[in-house]
Amino acid sequence: MAKVLIKGNEAVAEAAIRSGCKYYFGYPITPQTEIAEYMAKKMPKVGGLCLQAESEVAAINMVYGASASGVRVMTSSSSPGISLKSEGVSYIVGCDLPCVILNVQRGGPGLGGIQPSQSDYYQATKALGHGDMQLFVLAPSSVQEMAQLTADAFGVADKYRMPVLILADGALGQMMEPVDFDALHFTPEPEKPWAVNGHAGKRKKNIITSLFLKPEELESNILEREKKYKTVRENEVRFENYMCDDADIVIVSFGITARISKAAVNEARKKGIKAGLLRPITLSPFPTDELYRLSGSASAFLSVELNMGQMVNDVKLAVQCRKPVHFYGRTGGSLMSSEDVLEQIIKISGGLL
Amino acid sequence: MTNKMILAGFGGQGILFLGKKLASAGMENDLNVTWLPSYGPEQRGGTCNCSVILSDTDISSPIIGSPDTLVAFNIQSYEKFMPRITPGGVLFADSTLIDKRPERTDISAYFIPATQIANDLGYPKLVNVVMLGYLIKKTAVFERDYMRSYLTDSLPESKAALREANGKAFDAGYGYEG
Repeated sequence: MAKVLIKGNEAVAEAAIRSGCKYYFGYPITPQTEIAEYMAKKMPKVGGLCLQAESEVAAINMVYGASASGVRVMTSSSSPGISLKSEGVSYIVGCDLPCVILNVQRGGPGLGGIQPSQSDYYQATKALGHGDMQLFVLAPSSVQEMAQLTADAFGVADKYRMPVLILADGALGQMMEPVDFDALHFTPEPEKPWAVNGHAGKRKKNIITSLFLKPEELESNILEREKKYKTVRENEVRFENYMCDDADIVIVSFGITARISKAAVNEARKKGIKAGLLRPITLSPFPTDELYRLSGSASAFLSVELNMGQMVNDVKLAVQCRKPVHFYGRTGGSLMSSEDVLEQIIKISGGLL
Repeated sequence: MTNKMILAGFGGQGILFLGKKLASAGMENDLNVTWLPSYGPEQRGGTCNCSVILSDTDISSPIIGSPDTLVAFNIQSYEKFMPRITPGGVLFADSTLIDKRPERTDISAYFIPATQIANDLGYPKLVNVVMLGYLIKKTAVFERDYMRSYLTDSLPESKAALREANGKAFDAGYGYEG
């Protein structure tokens, strides 16, 4: 079918609507405001609702309420706005509710800047909220993938009753690329017998809460959730292995920097350096086993990120000191070029010889 | 083939639109394309640019360090981006608003008084389309007939006057001898 030229932000919004998401709550912030704009235009046409809340805190709590009533719902923001949502996200996790959250990252900390960044990796994968909690984190690296991973996010969120965070960045959100919406695959929305909604007294009431005052109750609640996380780790890890199996140097990179790194890998191969790219598509769960496997054959790893070195620590944990793990990054809204990454590869390969 | 293009000028000169037309024409012709605007506190009359990449291979980054093609619509853009053009690259510039000429000899430079031509035609908002006509003539990035009809056909039939205006502006740019 015909492709359309569309912004990453708009592709997410369109894919969400096609996934059966009927509710969007948000608050404007650069570089993701096109989502709210698109939702405001399209949601009324599909019988849905787009609401600009008075703040990010209000928006995430509206998501909390809508999700508890059993509908597909999403919110989106950019780095500082995501920080504001963190309390609500923790409550949603504590209640085992599904929802989709998009972070179109910009530079931080604080108000930072508005140009692309990946400096919320720690926040996304370690602590987007208090308590023993994890999110499911997806990292698209093209506009087509922005759309497909949005569709996937709704399926995963419903399947495991957990929030799914899509971790994009300003470049992916703002750029236009061709997207084939007819090629997307969707997961139908399951029955939600746990939802709190009107039932005219015909069933036992459902209670959704994250409050457990007795330590033993809270502990068993967390242990149950941990079983779910284990299932997720065992079944849902996704990555792209690009020429890693015979590679001496494996680059690990996600999102926009994975594309830049892939070009560098191709250039390195032309120069006779065996480079490969391991691109995590799920950042949480992280492709730990695949990286450990590759640490048997590769001589060195290089984590390429738009921050001061965050994912590199997960790579080190996965590789378990079997091989050296290097880091290369830019931050504050600057991007590296593929030539910059190639230079790093050449430098590391020199050290290997 | 990869053509990295930066189009730059004032907000309101139709720069993002021109970039989108080139990118979507590339998509129609089965090329990989990316379009990235400068974004932020932009305003009419402020600076504005977009990066368009057309390629028959995967595009690694939508961000362009050194453009193969620069289309400059004001002096600020000319001064900012002209030194960054890849050796062997091409410069297009609106000579109504840019009175400088590059000292570089390693690029091809094409000047057209696009603003003047658009004003003379009575379509002051179609500076970008005049430039598009000229760009197509000098680079053949797309076929003339294809690009002209792609441009006019994208306007609804109910807006016949706009179709005609765009066609005329395109022809004026294409027909400019310089």
